Amino acid sequence: MRHTISILVDNEFGVLSKVAGLFSGRGFNIESLCVAETLDPQVSRMTIVTTGDDQVVEQITKQLNKLINVIKVSDLTAEEHIERELAMIKVNVDVKDRAEILSIIDIFRGKVVDVSPTTYTIEMTGDNEKVNAIIKLLRPFGIKEIVRTGKIAMARSPKSGK
Amino acid sequence: MKKTGAQIFIDCLIKEGVDTIFGFPGGAVLPIYDALYGVTAFKHILVRHEQGAVHMADGYARATGRPGIVLVTSGPGATNTVTGIATAYMDSIPLVVFTGQVPTALIGNDAFQEADIIGITRPCTKHNYLVKDVKDLARIIKEAFYIATTGRPGPVLVDMPKDVLNAHAEFKYPEKVELKNYQPTYKGHPGQIKKAVDLILKSKRPVIYTGGGVVLSNASDELKIFAEKLSIPVTNTLMGLGGFPGTHPLFLGMLGMHGTYAANMAVTSTDCLIAIGARFDDRVTGKVDEFAPYAKIIHVDIDPTSISKNVRVDIPIVGDVKLVLKDMIKVVDEAKKALGTDFKYVPRALAEWHGQVNKWAETHKLSYKLNGKTIKPQYVIERIYNLTKGKAIITTEVGQNQMWAAQFYKFDRPRTFLSSGGLGTMGFGFPAAIGAQLAFPDKVVIDIAGDGSIQMNIQELATAVQYKLPVKVAILNNRFLGMVRQWQEFFYEKRYSYTCMDVAPDFVKVAEAYGAVGLRAATVDEVDWVIKKALAVKNKPVFMDFQVDPAEDVYPMVPAGQPLNKMLLV
Repeated sequence: MRHTISILVDNEFGVLSKVAGLFSGRGFNIESLCVAETLDPQVSRMTIVTTGDDQVVEQITKQLNKLINVIKVSDLTAEEHIERELAMIKVNVDVKDRAEILSIIDIFRGKVVDVSPTTYTIEMTGDNEKVNAIIKLLRPFGIKEIVRTGKIAMARSPKSGK
Repeated sequence: MKKTGAQIFIDCLIKEGVDTIFGFPGGAVLPIYDALYGVTAFKHILVRHEQGAVHMADGYARATGRPGIVLVTSGPGATNTVTGIATAYMDSIPLVVFTGQVPTALIGNDAFQEADIIGITRPCTKHNYLVKDVKDLARIIKEAFYIATTGRPGPVLVDMPKDVLNAHAEFKYPEKVELKNYQPTYKGHPGQIKKAVDLILKSKRPVIYTGGGVVLSNASDELKIFAEKLSIPVTNTLMGLGGFPGTHPLFLGMLGMHGTYAANMAVTSTDCLIAIGARFDDRVTGKVDEFAPYAKIIHVDIDPTSISKNVRVDIPIVGDVKLVLKDMIKVVDEAKKALGTDFKYVPRALAEWHGQVNKWAETHKLSYKLNGKTIKPQYVIERIYNLTKGKAIITTEVGQNQMWAAQFYKFDRPRTFLSSGGLGTMGFGFPAAIGAQLAFPDKVVIDIAGDGSIQMNIQELATAVQYKLPVKVAILNNRFLGMVRQWQEFFYEKRYSYTCMDVAPDFVKVAEAYGAVGLRAATVDEVDWVIKKALAVKNKPVFMDFQVDPAEDVYPMVPAGQPLNKMLLV
């Protein structure tokens, strides 16, 4: 099963490799990984999407907690949470297709952020399924390039996770 | 007054009460070596290879319980420590390894003797640090000692660039460590402890299975009290040997691949397995699905990741083994009071179980056949046991020598059996013996070695001679890499591919060339003479070359992947 794990870590050099190395060294999967500073500049948040059965995910959580630079680990899958992903999609645009492409973008509440004579670059945010869905609809027009951030996630509870 | 990084380093070690460090100099650590000149507050042992330094520090740590300290230079000096660090990591041994590094401005430039030792040792250290500013050095050293020695112990590496060692800062050693993310759980959960004791009191066929955790947390006394109070048989892992007296009537011997018949049968039949400071290693469990199939399992361990990693556990207790055992004893005593005379029922109800266990122990004892012609390696170990009255510190290499030492020497006290259990590092035993001898100059320290293993760190003979250490090495010389040969005999149709080591040095001459003593036993009657002669040597190392039967195998043996009760017996 897929799990979204949110990790607060010391914002120091080498910490990313300690976390990533733990995953590769113990044969755990990383589907996506996002890192950035939090409100407290000494702390970063990593959002890792991984897959595994309950026993594997329990090991992942425990092993992460064992790292000295890890402050807090939460498996968001277990609680109500919001997920978002950002994608930039560069798609071929033929004059005859323009209207149709724009209407797809409109339906998905995407934005055209760059235009060239033959392409649109679309900014799309949403959960994983939504991003996948627009990619599927745009594919027939010819997608030249896709850049995706991977998932970020936040618990719905009013408490601050920092 | 401001001090250099090098001076701060030395002051920190003094503050930590270090008495011995193991090191090898080089360009990047020259500032420290210069500052060491004339220092008498602690001893620096000059090794012959950095791997030797780490194993020595490891042996010192295993024998004393205090952290072992290593100092080496950058690049090859640092990379040579890796096997030693991985060895300590697998067995949870507290080490602090200091490596020199090229100046910060050159890091990443492929400078001379540069290696990314932080990256290389990330998976085999408990934690590691690159010191980027001399102002952080004292705090980092303080944290390194704290992390290495608390919780589940382990090696910590501190990488120190040369310019940091030359830079100046005010020296103030922190009073205490502030690591908000690192707070090991020491006290076991009272509810879980209560549940565990209830389960134990209801069980009909309990077994205690203990590992290195009992030794590491100095919990042998508590273990003995607990086992005796409830009259529960005890088996040890390789790492756990000495944690429970080897001559105790409740002791079943070691379990696992080369465990005793009684221990493996008891674990297979038990209805309540009490695992204490052990981690269900594959060499212990055999086929994991058929391990302790009838048992409810209680697991006490300080490391939450050890619990339910390999084997599902019914009652997990995270905490320090010593504290948890103390609490369990208290709960047992309370139950005793509550039950009054009924409590007698508890141990007495185990009579049938003890009868069964004793029968197993009687039917298949550890044994070997003397043929009067060749020296049997097991016989050598038995003679060493008798002639040292069981009081020596024994280190081992890895392979048959290690298993025979574990089986035939009875360890009554903790920290007297020092062996590379998890990583299985050949070449560990001899330097580890040197480390233990430095910690205990008056004790008899013997490395039980094979002719293959001893050649992996034989250069440390010079170190032992230099410091006049009376370390003994008993080489069970069978001209083979014996354990691999045994696997080839059993599982590869006797195709002895590259396991014969017929070309070996004359170990007696090697010893003499280094200025040590060399002795040889070629026949059975020479064995006692050689051991006695070796024990009489007081100021230099001794190699004992025992020319043993090359065809001897270690029994019992559970073939890899088989359940524990499917043992090959003599």
